[in-house]
Amino acid sequence: MTQWSGYFGLILQGALVTIELTLMGSVLALIMAFLAGLGRLSRFFAVRALATAYIEFFRGTSIFVQLFWAYFVLPFIGISLTPLQAGVLALGLNVGAYGAEVVRGAIQSIGREQYEACIAVNLGRWQSMRHVILPQALLVMLPTFGNNAIELLKATAVVSLISLTDLTFQAQVVRSQTGNTMVPFTTILVIYFGLALIISWGVRSLERRMARGLDGVRV
Amino acid sequence: MEWDWNFVWEIMPTLIQGVKITILATLLGSVLAAIVGLAIALARRSPNKGLSRTVGFLAEFIRGTPLLVQLYFIFYVLPDIGILLPPLVAGVIGLGLHYGTYTAEVYRAGIDNVPRGQWEAAKACNLNARQTWTHIIMPQAIPPMIPALANYFIAMFKETPLLSAITVLELMNQAKSVANTYYRYVEPMTLVGAFFLVISLFSVVLLRWLERRYGRIEK
Repeated sequence: MTQWSGYFGLILQGALVTIELTLMGSVLALIMAFLAGLGRLSRFFAVRALATAYIEFFRGTSIFVQLFWAYFVLPFIGISLTPLQAGVLALGLNVGAYGAEVVRGAIQSIGREQYEACIAVNLGRWQSMRHVILPQALLVMLPTFGNNAIELLKATAVVSLISLTDLTFQAQVVRSQTGNTMVPFTTILVIYFGLALIISWGVRSLERRMARGLDGVRV
Repeated sequence: MEWDWNFVWEIMPTLIQGVKITILATLLGSVLAAIVGLAIALARRSPNKGLSRTVGFLAEFIRGTPLLVQLYFIFYVLPDIGILLPPLVAGVIGLGLHYGTYTAEVYRAGIDNVPRGQWEAAKACNLNARQTWTHIIMPQAIPPMIPALANYFIAMFKETPLLSAITVLELMNQAKSVANTYYRYVEPMTLVGAFFLVISLFSVVLLRWLERRYGRIEK
């Protein structure tokens, strides 16, 4: 019988890498989503065009190709990234492009009367965004952001192919060392599912927290 | 490293071969996803609680775990219990199952969108369950679903590079083997990206047309 405890330690190390990647990727994705989402609503044509190009490019090509491009092609033009940097960069930029559409949709879903009220109380563009529009739009964005975070978690499996030691990579290591396939792959499937459940639970409770005090305001 | 057009033309035939497999996998995967999605959607509506809960949990599990790991599971674990699948078949099954759980939600929304009166009218006309589904519900539910389904098929297309991890010789794998042979990554990887971008941009046009032709599902 194989000594499983050591191998489970290996898989747990992989889980840590996966969690780290998911967190860092999500932070980058969140920043990009707001930059590009607000960029698409900008008054300036150049900013709108840039944001649209970014969104279409990263949604149009697959995450896998972007990751390989970041890892294998960028070194030839002088930018060498570690696997972790390439992974966070590709994941964050890719999911950020999807998130940008969520930000744009949520902001546009806020009713006209809110904008008119802002003008009536003499708020500037930035002030109305910051104090009136975004607090309401954030609540609309949250559920979809949760789904995007789960997509990001699932996409992290791809980084194992550029030799980053995440869950999937470690499962392959265990497979090649023990010859057993059922145990490592089932284990990591369950771990991924557990992580996805944690994310959706976290987003739901955050949603409840943020919705507090808005009862009766939203229809 | 400079961009070399001669090299591009030299590797083009190999890449085109990969493109064919990529498209074949997407088409077969889409057909399977459409069938699996319908089956899941119907099973979840079943009055049998055991069936609908089990299928619901399985779909949730598949949606919460990475496609790459599922592909490994199908490709490496199933042979242990005597099911040996060629790589392409394993890949198509993985794509079909994974995206079937997404299309199931589209079917659910489409079916829920058929007004209650239609069900009642079918009952009033003394149609049995099968007749109600095939003559009343499905003909009204399916057209508005088409754009949403197409959206997932495009998403699936962008995930096909993952099949290279289980040795399917699709576009990404051909590009990798070319890159490893000549040790030139810039051209093959960029071409793969360009290819995906072009197809996605075309499919966005197609999607807009489908939306105009069939309308969207109101949420």
